[in-house]
Amino acid sequence: MPQSLSHVTLNRRQLFAGAGAGALALTLASCTGGSAPSSSGTGSLTFGSNASDPVPKKAYADFVAAFEKKSGDKVTVNTSDHNSFQEKINNYLQGSPDDAFTWFAGYRMRYFAKNDLLGDVSDVWKKVGGNYSDAMKTASTGDDGKQYFVPNYNYPWGYFYRKSVWQEKGYEVPTKWDDLVTLAKKMQADGIIPIQFADKDGWPAMGTFDYINMRLNGYQFHLDLCAHKESWDQDKVKKVFDTWNEVRPYQDPAALGLTWQDAAQKLGNKQAGMYLLGSFVMQQFTDPAVAADIGFFEFPEIAMEGQTALEAPIDGLCLSKKGADSQAAKDMLAFMGTGEGQLAYWKADPSNIMTAKDADTSSYSDFTKMLGQVIAKAGHISQFFDRDALPAMASNVMIPALQNFTKSGTIDLANMESQAKQLYSQQ
Amino acid sequence: MTAIPTDTVAAESVPEAQEPPARRRRLRQLSRGDKVVLAIMIAIPTLIQALLIWIPTVASVFLSFTKWNGLSITNLRFAGLDNYLYILKDYPPFWPAVLHNVIWLVFLAVIATPLGLLLAVLLDRPLRGTRLYQSFFFVPVMLSLALIGVIWQLFYSQDNGLLNNLLGTAGSSHAVDWFGDSRVNLWAALIAATWRHAGYIMILYLAGLKGVDPSLREAAALDGANGAQTFFRVVFPVMRPTNIIVVVITIIEALRAFDIVWIINGGTNGLELLSALVVRNLVGEGQVIGIGSSLAVVLLVISLVPIVFYLVRTFGKEARE
Repeated sequence: MPQSLSHVTLNRRQLFAGAGAGALALTLASCTGGSAPSSSGTGSLTFGSNASDPVPKKAYADFVAAFEKKSGDKVTVNTSDHNSFQEKINNYLQGSPDDAFTWFAGYRMRYFAKNDLLGDVSDVWKKVGGNYSDAMKTASTGDDGKQYFVPNYNYPWGYFYRKSVWQEKGYEVPTKWDDLVTLAKKMQADGIIPIQFADKDGWPAMGTFDYINMRLNGYQFHLDLCAHKESWDQDKVKKVFDTWNEVRPYQDPAALGLTWQDAAQKLGNKQAGMYLLGSFVMQQFTDPAVAADIGFFEFPEIAMEGQTALEAPIDGLCLSKKGADSQAAKDMLAFMGTGEGQLAYWKADPSNIMTAKDADTSSYSDFTKMLGQVIAKAGHISQFFDRDALPAMASNVMIPALQNFTKSGTIDLANMESQAKQLYSQQ
Repeated sequence: MTAIPTDTVAAESVPEAQEPPARRRRLRQLSRGDKVVLAIMIAIPTLIQALLIWIPTVASVFLSFTKWNGLSITNLRFAGLDNYLYILKDYPPFWPAVLHNVIWLVFLAVIATPLGLLLAVLLDRPLRGTRLYQSFFFVPVMLSLALIGVIWQLFYSQDNGLLNNLLGTAGSSHAVDWFGDSRVNLWAALIAATWRHAGYIMILYLAGLKGVDPSLREAAALDGANGAQTFFRVVFPVMRPTNIIVVVITIIEALRAFDIVWIINGGTNGLELLSALVVRNLVGEGQVIGIGSSLAVVLLVISLVPIVFYLVRTFGKEARE
């Protein structure tokens, strides 16, 4: 549920307009598809999409139309509600899945690959691999070293703030943890909530945990902890919460009653100094004047690896086992690996960052351009705790534990370890 | 006038123990075709019952003793009591959930149900517009979950909510965080639950009150009983069938309480309830089949207590008569 929330809520406007446009695009596409002279084949494939919200739905329809036009293949799109797609994925993959489907990088992608439910797309990667950074390739690779995923877009997590407020008060962007703590103290003295925080839904707090963990213990430790190759009950993890406690008093005390949308409003209203969230936060700033006043900085350096690890969840496409036999399905994933394919998607959903190197970024806003550069220079890209870890660990253990930590500042790591042991042993 | 008889008939039409002799005699006169029709009429409901209730129940009990990732059946391993030990010992939300279910039950029994009874007694009088009032109080029972969420958000929102505005604390740092503060959010949810539950109980008691023979009241009045005495000594005891239904419904509502806490925050941070834990562990992305099933079995066993009590009371009495 957590990761779906962050996407589901992405774009809810223009529900009917989007759906209508999507249907229209499909109809048009199916008309032009057959007659396209450049067609290299007349294959067909089915495509399961979880893009049920209007904006991504239209974006995927545009992408599919562009692919059909280019290849002459016929694509049948089956769109499911975003949340139920996520929840029924186990049954879906074991039943009669579509050839290609929307998914994301992380633990479960690798887990399905390990359980032989995904189609190997290493040959697609031979074609499009040069178009991606190493971090993208790592994120698309299963435990057996083969690729099972082709990225579409991602979005970075970091601190967002109002530039005008910071200018007026003379705040400076902190690059070291101690500077962040000092800044938070100063903001509190100035009478604003230093660190906006919202955890009613439980998942947003994982962002802070991930970052402190990666800055203290490194990206590899984050992965190992998420995969439960490392124990929760150890000093390294305790240190994460000790460090967090240095800024916890400066977080919004109302956090447990706030959704991320509420919290974004508080930042927009200048009640709060800074807010750690994914770049989808920008959707809440519908007033262009406010949106233009938003600044971004990366999570400061604490102990190791500087600021190289970046939390930037990647969405893209996978093949089902049966889809691996379909050349048309592989062609569509290869098309996703081109700037042309990603641009077809991005034009309708410009809140994200395209992942292909040759993608035409000339229509990016300055802000998007800056976010894109942050991703491009990242040494490691993490997928957010609820994608990197066992979903049950995120939803059943982390959410209550982090909510409790948010209000009390205490955490029972021995208990978390015994819960983790039990949950991972059930897989 | 007719409300209560139909109600009791509906609730007690199941026991056929009273008339087995008559039935057997009739059976002998049945033609082959009749027998086939009867067999089909019994078989189909039984099949549906088995398919939708018994098989899933047995499967849940079975799965609660296993570890399974839900993928291939070959991954299924027996876990013994592991899952139960886990929820009892290591799963932090479990005991708070049990406690909250008990609080929920006590609150409904002590506040919400009597409130429903009070509403019924007040609205049973020949008031002008009593139907209108009855409808008002019954509306919450019929509202959809999403709407209830919106309505209570309007009441409880920390900065813009009606409640904090009335208290004059909205926007200040003293504003009570009705949904986010784990010291108060259970009570906030219980008020919302009462709002629904009282309307439900009111309708049941309105029907019950209509079924009370007016001559009883007259007799009590002639004997010099005042209003309260008439109600508590005569009317209330006469409504015994309704009372039993209300007791059972109150217990069941407390056990299956789910929707309100789920829309508030998914049943975490002070709003843990057994049903919410079952859903969290069994449906959706946090699915852990073994643990979710054992939570479901715990809830089933607890629910069996009032159900068995109810069945024994109803059928036990029938058999004795």
